[in-house]
Order: sequence, then structure tokens, then C-alpha cells
Amino acid sequence: MIQAIAFYFFATIVVASAVMVVMARNPVHSVLWLIMAFFNAAGLMVLVGAEFIAMLLVIVYVGAVAVLFLFVVMMLDIDFAAMRAGLSRNAPLGLLIAAVLLAELLLAVGAYNAGGLSLGTPDGSAVQAADTSNIEALGALLYGRYIVLFEIAGIILLVAMIGAIVLTFQPPKPGARARQDVGKQIRRRPEDATVMKNPEIGQGVEL
Amino acid sequence: MIGIEHYLTVGAILFVLGVLGIFLNRKNVIVILMAVELILLSVNLNLVAFSAFMQDLVGQVFAMLVLTVAAAEAAIGLAILVIYFRTRGSIAVDDINRMKG
Repeated sequence: MIQAIAFYFFATIVVASAVMVVMARNPVHSVLWLIMAFFNAAGLMVLVGAEFIAMLLVIVYVGAVAVLFLFVVMMLDIDFAAMRAGLSRNAPLGLLIAAVLLAELLLAVGAYNAGGLSLGTPDGSAVQAADTSNIEALGALLYGRYIVLFEIAGIILLVAMIGAIVLTFQPPKPGARARQDVGKQIRRRPEDATVMKNPEIGQGVEL
Repeated sequence: MIGIEHYLTVGAILFVLGVLGIFLNRKNVIVILMAVELILLSVNLNLVAFSAFMQDLVGQVFAMLVLTVAAAEAAIGLAILVIYFRTRGSIAVDDINRMKG
């Protein structure tokens, strides 16, 4: 019973937040609703015992991706009101396609409920043993049979990191910025830089 | 009783909302990227639900890889967005026609 309540709670909030991500006027609000959606999706995943993926979702999305989005939204100086001008023009087509998609997907679930096609059973080679935790079983699988996929994922992240840096890096333009001249800094003596003044009381100092 | 169908329905609704978001916010690339993240979230939800349903952890391993690619995609997409804004001063998708593709 408590599982059903929790499921409907998380599912309602995740769907409502997704609606708000799409409909919010301000992209900053969109990002915040996205964070809400990811938190509740993580709750849904915890409910089926996939706690490691759920924690990963919170760490990666809320901790990294959402902050990145927020950073970019706030860094770019954009008139977002003008961007929403075409909203009503695109709405009928978008709603039509969304309705067709949803009908198709729900039809698939309904047809499955009426007796799914048998595509074979899992071979049982990746079943979580009863006495191990989710993280333990996942780690054994990830560092064992799927070690190559794991390393490829690492390479993808490396490429993405280098790519993002290379794309956004601006080399300093020659002459545009004051460059450091080490020799000039070292040659500078205290006598050249400081003067002693003994001003009259109440008088200013002219430098 | 909560079954696999419930999870698939939530995943389907999230997916459709993501697609709808791409259509509704055709001008705003940032919201389009967020809608793509929603779509990938629904995919992950389906993978995890099937993983629990089939008692097979491979689905969760695959969900992790999808997560990795989603993060990489967000980073590269936002980087492209930043340099595009830097050169053109706008991120309106309708204006992106320089390559005449």
C-alpha cells in the first residue's frame, strides 16, 4: 500500500514538473523544475530497488547538468520573452504529435498487458544475488563483464570535456590585454615607486 | 498493485512531454536541450523498470551509459550554444541558417 502511495506521489510530481519544464516562461524556472523532475524520477527508481542509478541521477543531473544549464541560462543575456513569440503558432502541431505519440505508447503498454509477445527469457546471468546490495552487484557487473563499455563511457566523457573546453576557449588577443612583463617588474625599485611627503596639517597632498 | 505498466506509462508521458517541449519552444535552444534531457530521463526510467521487472541488472548498466552520454551531450550542446551566442548575439533557432542546409 505504501509503495502504491509513494509511486503515485513521485509519478504525479515528476509529470507535473515535466509539464512545468516545458511551459515555464522563464528558463531559470525551467531548470529548477527539471531538478524537481529528476529528484522524483530518482525516487521512482529507488522504489524498484535501483538505488545506485537513483543516486547517480541526483549527483550527475542535479549536481552537474542542471548547474551547467543554470550557469549558461544566467550567463547569456537573452530576451526570453521574444523567444516565446511563436508558441501559439506551434502549439496545435506539437499537441497533435504529442497526442499521437502518447496514444501509440499507451497502446503498446495495453497490448503488452493483453499478453505480451514472447521474446525469450533472460538467461539469468546478471541476476542480483539475494545477499548482495544493488551497488555491489552493479559494480561486479560493470567492472567485470562490461569493463569495455565502462572504459568507453570514460573516453566519451573525456572527449566531451576536451571538446567543451576547446569550443569555448578564447585565446587572448595580442595587444588586447595587458601582458605581464617579468623583467620590468623585477627592475622596479622602491625608490622609483614611492615618495616621502610631509604635508601640512589640513592640506591635501598633490601627487 | 504497481506493475511494470505503471512505470512504462510514466515513461511514456515523460517522453511525450519532452517531444512536446521541442515543438512548443522551437525558438529557445536551452529549453529544447532541457526537453532532450527529459526524453533521456524517460528512457532511463524505462530501462530501470525493465531491469527490475526482468530481474536482470544489465538494464541498469545500460541506464548508466545513457546517463554518461546525456551528460556529455549537455556539455557539448551548451558549449556550442555559448560560442554561437558569442558570435551571433542570439540563440534563436530560426536564425540558424548560415550553412544553408
